[in-house]
Amino acid sequence: MALLEVRGLRKEFGDVVAVDGVDIKSEEGEFLVLLGPSGCGKTTLLRMIAGLEHPTEGQILLGGEDVTDLPPRARQIAMVFQSYALYPHMTVARNIAFPLKAQGVDGPERDEKVKWAAGLFGIEHLLHRRPRQLSGGERQRVALARAIVREPSVFLLDEPLSNLDAKLRAAARDDLMGFQRRIGITSVYVTHDQVEAMGMGDRIAVMRDGKIRQMGTPEEVYHHPADTFVAQFIGSPPMNLLDWGDYILGFRPEHFLPEGVQDGGDRVPFDFFVNRIEYLGSERYLYGFIPGHEETKVIAMLPATVTVPLEEQRQHRFSVASDQLRFFDKDGGQKIPPQTIQA
Amino acid sequence: MTTQTAKKPRYLADSPRFLAGLFMSPTIIYIVALVGFPFALAIIYAFTDITTGDPSLEFVGLDTIKAVWNDTVFRRALGNTFWFAVISNLFVVILATGLAELLTRDFKGKWFVRFLVLLPWVAPVSLATLTWLWTLDSVFSPIDWLLRQVGLIDQNMYWLGRPSLAFISVVAVQVWRIAPLAAVIVMAGMMAIPKDVHDAVEVDGAGPWRRLFEINIPLLAPIIAVAVLFGVILSMADMSVIYVLTRGGPTHRTQVLSTWAYFKGIEGGALGQGAAVALFLFPVLVGLTAVILRLARRREVL
Amino acid sequence: MTWDSTNVARLREKTRRRHRLGRVGLYLSAIGFSLFAVFPFSWAVISMFKRSNDLYSRDNNPFWFNEPPTLQHIQYLFRETNYLTFVRNTLIVGLVVTAVTLAFSLPTAYALARLRLKWGERMGIAIFLVYLIPPTLLFIPMTRVINFLGIQETLWSLILVYPTITIPISSWLLMGYFKSIPMDIEEQAMVDGYSRLGAITRVVMPLMFPGIVAVIVFAFTLSAHEFIYALSFNKASAVKTIATGVPTELIRGDVFFWQSLQSAVVLVAIPIALVFNAFLDRFIAGFTMGAVKG
Repeated sequence: MALLEVRGLRKEFGDVVAVDGVDIKSEEGEFLVLLGPSGCGKTTLLRMIAGLEHPTEGQILLGGEDVTDLPPRARQIAMVFQSYALYPHMTVARNIAFPLKAQGVDGPERDEKVKWAAGLFGIEHLLHRRPRQLSGGERQRVALARAIVREPSVFLLDEPLSNLDAKLRAAARDDLMGFQRRIGITSVYVTHDQVEAMGMGDRIAVMRDGKIRQMGTPEEVYHHPADTFVAQFIGSPPMNLLDWGDYILGFRPEHFLPEGVQDGGDRVPFDFFVNRIEYLGSERYLYGFIPGHEETKVIAMLPATVTVPLEEQRQHRFSVASDQLRFFDKDGGQKIPPQTIQA
Repeated sequence: MTTQTAKKPRYLADSPRFLAGLFMSPTIIYIVALVGFPFALAIIYAFTDITTGDPSLEFVGLDTIKAVWNDTVFRRALGNTFWFAVISNLFVVILATGLAELLTRDFKGKWFVRFLVLLPWVAPVSLATLTWLWTLDSVFSPIDWLLRQVGLIDQNMYWLGRPSLAFISVVAVQVWRIAPLAAVIVMAGMMAIPKDVHDAVEVDGAGPWRRLFEINIPLLAPIIAVAVLFGVILSMADMSVIYVLTRGGPTHRTQVLSTWAYFKGIEGGALGQGAAVALFLFPVLVGLTAVILRLARRREVL
Repeated sequence: MTWDSTNVARLREKTRRRHRLGRVGLYLSAIGFSLFAVFPFSWAVISMFKRSNDLYSRDNNPFWFNEPPTLQHIQYLFRETNYLTFVRNTLIVGLVVTAVTLAFSLPTAYALARLRLKWGERMGIAIFLVYLIPPTLLFIPMTRVINFLGIQETLWSLILVYPTITIPISSWLLMGYFKSIPMDIEEQAMVDGYSRLGAITRVVMPLMFPGIVAVIVFAFTLSAHEFIYALSFNKASAVKTIATGVPTELIRGDVFFWQSLQSAVVLVAIPIALVFNAFLDRFIAGFTMGAVKG
């Protein structure tokens, strides 16, 4: 039995369809990431799971029970908002105790639990402060402690790292993952950042226009994108996509290498005219095009270990291992089986 | 884990629809009863000959409205209302824009200046006007004393005693009273202009005059218009200033629709005629309000 | 333009001069506006301490105490007139009206700002329009309604009617303040286990406190200002407010008790103005936030 299940969920705001028929099953302890560009419906989906938004159609089940009509407080979920939504008029201790109060937990038991939750995130020393006296990272920890304190069945997170600066974000990501693994709590995490999604998710649901385009492990989503949208949305730089007659041909920039760098195996050669080279330390980016397909930009990413001399404004011989080529339908962009190819 | 299956009534406190009804209905009922109903009554009165002596509702068609319209005092009041509103608000715009410009700057003692400048608006109208009644006194006016000292006049001015001068005085007091409100509205608009715009203008090297005419005034035009419309509505609808200063006199030179409605309807007891007089304000107010709304809307787009 | 040092020095001098000129202009206009605004009040303040012999002499300098100042007119005001009754009536009416206003407009403003009603925006505009319907249009039929209810010549008449003025504008202000409180915080409380009502009382209301105080000041000031209804409903001295009592009662026929009259004005106007001023920025914030689509 899935702990969290969503069936045929749909949400309309007037004429706008925010979520358009979504099905999800999530097992106990899973870390599920909803990934997509802004406006894809991921936050609306999360808010419906939380009970903050009532679906137009469909069902939400927690532990096998239909909770679609229940208000948030009856769902035993916890949610961390992007803004952290700390109560500005309460101390950290009272913030963390607030959900317990709602449950009628009081006295020493409440203090005990507040201490336990604060301990989990190493914020015992902040208990008497007010939210405005905290740094961004500290606020995030308080929000997490408050979410976890009443031991919810599902943990919902709405872009909780996006307000942190880049350095802090990496550390916070690490903390969050460590904590989730320790507690083993089922989590649904919304983000538009593919690096977060790839690094944290047990599974990733890639969303666009209210629909889930692909759901799978990070490896599946990266290496076997279900369509051209997923192929371009995931990976930086994105997968190169070329109009190749009857179908669309795709390959990742790191698999597009100068002839002779990688030997053996079945390789498909291409001519590559290099316009510009960017030297980034650990790797080189080459921007250019394949003669005959001038309208499409192609990027190659060479690790620093590849020291082959290459020049700008010159044509070079490149190749891609044939098992790294991906093929998509011309209309719709859906994945299709491997085709034979003449370069 | 346990998930209780819910019975709906338990969650009434969560239902937006239930709460909306609960939260909105007292206000709606109250407004309908005490604004909507009297307003309908006002319209009904205008078609009856109701008086305080004979409070029965007998419909007389347009007779009451005709009687009001044919009254020469009413005609004067109509004209006075128009000119009173237009002239005073002309000055209000100029003063308010200057005042708002001043109050958005930084200088020493700004808090105190703001307090003094807003005093005319913030003090209760009838009381603030009483200070003018004394300032414009026929015998002891300090303005007259000053003018006499400088040698500009020998006799007193009788500010409120001579028809045209009384009108000018009433307009001046109205300007004095409304300008601070208009300034506050314009000020709010000025603060809403992004600081970037000011910085860009600064870097571009524009002087204060160019800043005023090429940036502030065009950007503020809608909000200034809103301030003016508020001023016009206030000038047309309020009667305190004129009631306290001149009671519509001398020779009805400062009579306006609101005071005339009061004298007819409340002091004279002709409820029907009083209501009819006041109703003449309505179409104008509706028109002005429509303009306010349109301008406010356009501002949001900005 | 070339950057040689004489050029720069000249520019610097010019800028400095212009800056100084600007400052002088700024202070001059500040003084000018202040004088215009405060002139009749200052005359009132001087008058209230003047002896009659000094005041009622056409050739005495009105801005100078030609005879020593006196408090006798203020004493007269408090001992011989109904001034304190007017003050008391104004306070009673103001406080009750303010309480009623909050009771009605807080829920209304919340619903309009937060419940995402289909007709919410139109409703908000409608309420704003009610504010623009002036008492002038309504006072005649309203007088009949009051007479019908039999509450003319009582403070109840004002308590019943003043909220028609204060509720619309307060709802509009409060709507702005509600919108300034992040939705997240309220939803967080709901996820944390509270009903919407619980979230409102435990989280939203404490954060609304400054806004509520501002509305209290605003509603009270409005009801203290009101003139037409008070004049139409209540003719007896015992039930007049300051706004109507002072201009109508402190004048006996043609005899004006000018010094006492001006004392009455100053003693009320200055405190109200001080309090109102302290809240001005918050009022502006409320109005502009109310206009922002939420």
